[in-house]
Amino acid sequence: MSATFRTCPDTGLKFETDAEKLMKANAVAAVVFLLIGGIYGLLVGLTRWPAVHLLEADMFYLTLTAHGINVLIFWLIFFEIALLYFCSAVLLSCRIAFPKVAWGGFGLMLVGALMNNYIVASGDASVMMTSYAPMEAHPLFYLSLILFAVGALVGCFIFFATLVIAKEEKTYEGSVSLVTFGAITAAIIAVFTIISGAIILVPTLLWSVGIVNEIDALAYRLIWWGFGHSSQQINVSAHIAVWYAIAAIVFGAKPMSEKVSRMAFFMYILFLQIASAHHLLVDPGVSSEFKMFNTSYAMYLAVMASMVHGLTVPGSIEAAQRAKGFNNGLFEWLRRAPWGNPTFSGMFISLVGFGFLGGISGVVMGVEQINVLMHNTLYVPGHFHATVVIGTTLAFMALTYWLVPVLFRRELIMKGVAAWQPYMFGIGMAGVALFLMGAGTLGVPRRHWDITFSMTGGVVHEFPAAANTLLALNGLSVLLAVLGGAAFCVIIVGSLLFGKKLGDDEKISPPIIATPPEDSAYVGIGSGSITVPGTFVLAMVFFVSFAVYYFINWKYLAETWGIG
Amino acid sequence: MSTLLSPKSKIWWDEPIERSELIWISIVFIWGLVMTFMMPFWHVTGDQNLSNETYKTTPEKFMASTQAMVDEYTVRQDGPRNYPVVKPPAGGDVYMVSRLWDFWPIIELERGQTYRFHLSSLDWQHGFSLQPANINIQIIPKYEHVFTLTPNSSGEFSVICNEYCGIGHHMMIGKIHVVEPGS
Repeated sequence: MSATFRTCPDTGLKFETDAEKLMKANAVAAVVFLLIGGIYGLLVGLTRWPAVHLLEADMFYLTLTAHGINVLIFWLIFFEIALLYFCSAVLLSCRIAFPKVAWGGFGLMLVGALMNNYIVASGDASVMMTSYAPMEAHPLFYLSLILFAVGALVGCFIFFATLVIAKEEKTYEGSVSLVTFGAITAAIIAVFTIISGAIILVPTLLWSVGIVNEIDALAYRLIWWGFGHSSQQINVSAHIAVWYAIAAIVFGAKPMSEKVSRMAFFMYILFLQIASAHHLLVDPGVSSEFKMFNTSYAMYLAVMASMVHGLTVPGSIEAAQRAKGFNNGLFEWLRRAPWGNPTFSGMFISLVGFGFLGGISGVVMGVEQINVLMHNTLYVPGHFHATVVIGTTLAFMALTYWLVPVLFRRELIMKGVAAWQPYMFGIGMAGVALFLMGAGTLGVPRRHWDITFSMTGGVVHEFPAAANTLLALNGLSVLLAVLGGAAFCVIIVGSLLFGKKLGDDEKISPPIIATPPEDSAYVGIGSGSITVPGTFVLAMVFFVSFAVYYFINWKYLAETWGIG
Repeated sequence: MSTLLSPKSKIWWDEPIERSELIWISIVFIWGLVMTFMMPFWHVTGDQNLSNETYKTTPEKFMASTQAMVDEYTVRQDGPRNYPVVKPPAGGDVYMVSRLWDFWPIIELERGQTYRFHLSSLDWQHGFSLQPANINIQIIPKYEHVFTLTPNSSGEFSVICNEYCGIGHHMMIGKIHVVEPGS
């Protein structure tokens, strides 16, 4: 069987026909579920805005369940499967392994996602993404997630098999690229994640149809989070691979050192998933030693890995810019970056938002003792809107702008709007993250329809007035973010349908991939022995913010009741 | 040779590390050690270290323990629901039932005294969110979690469920009163 390839005239990347079709299908499915999940998200934000309070209680809990699953699982995993195929078949110029099996996996994921949307919309499964036993959903709810997960697992194995083919057929020399290495990290974590999901969801499905008698609530939480949090670790590995990819695409950047960046990815495999236990910091029956080891990702070694990427990604951009001649002062490289190119601006906002908002809040919230101040308050969704939405989603959006011409061979429509889109989405979502965290600090619970307690027969609690203001500001931020999200969906879907078709040999102007600077151009950049002084200064600003905020929260903790 | 492609040199692991990377890795590693140290340090010096003391229980058993406390220490009936207000002795055991969609009974504590709290759920998972002290603890059915609380201010406190527990979740609220010592 001989595979047919097309060579992209702009990038020189080779696309095999089957791989290309699979990537297109997965990417399109991803955007469709982002659209669905985004609409649900808008309704959630408007309901939690006290002055609007849009939905009734039952619809609110239904909507919140659907929002979480569509964006956190379906949008991200479909996109990640497309990304895995890109990082294997395309970046290694290889045919994809077992295309028919890959289509089977895609089919399972699609059936699972549609079935899940159906059963949640029917109202029989308003159990939130976490579906904590012994609260029970319709059996189809668990079945749909299992089908989706099996499909995703198939995708991971197609990816691994493609790597084997590339190695056998010698389609590349030496080691795989750093971006592919990041994708391998994501896929290994994905296998661990999906197995955890199967271990907990299969018995829960059997319990929901009466075959298994009881699901232990604590065991459910422990194993479910091996699935629920690890799936977010797939996202982290994947979007960091995307950051590196975009640095290469836009600037022709090369890794500052292969060794450091690869080691940082490898530390994710070793330490990142064990952090799932940080969801159990205020649970009964879990020892302090277990909590401290696991939630610190084994002494913060995975946090260290993320902070290393946080330096090396912008550092590689700075070095490439300096090599191109933007070598003046600390920040000329950054000022002269293409801020109107959504692929770059989306990636950079993703990097800053993930680090400053998501990273710092996540570590602070994951401290064994401090967690008691935040657990299940709005601080939690505040944190993960910074990591998963600004971090992962915006990085994926940024890459999608580039994939439209490269993969789909269509010219992007509405380029003017596209230039603004990452700012609307990123700033809106930064508002969501900050205002939710603020409300959480005031104790406002997450997943709660009515913090005025209007239906409790007169037993009420009055939150500080600032909580209402913060939730209103959150509502406004949601509107801005949704505007950005809608713009993305319109631009992408519109481009695929109506964008100017690009011929097989037609080149785009201006070029959509940068020519890497010559190695000799890197000589003597920066100041003295520090080649990336600007990035280093930014990293120090990050470190100081981190340390200050960390100790402020210890002070908050010291001020509350004694807990023993 | 960009990040998208294989490293130019096959022996990339021998290449020197950038100086800024080395400094940053050192800073971050030490910071990780500091944060790792802070948790056991707080166990020794801090006043907020949630106990892990836990027993297996059943809804019936837990309800019986709560009822016994209510029978012994109720001081009055109070509030819109006319719930018993229970004032256990300082240092004593406090049981609070969580169930769909209610916390029971009302508890009265003295500021500065330490109490042994027992939490469990009679049905689904719930959240014990004590406001405005902002103390948030998970409640799991069939597990009895025992820990101590020492109020450091007086007034009326609310216990709000912050673990989603179905359609009446937002109606689930209870009360803890903290009074001045000796009052």
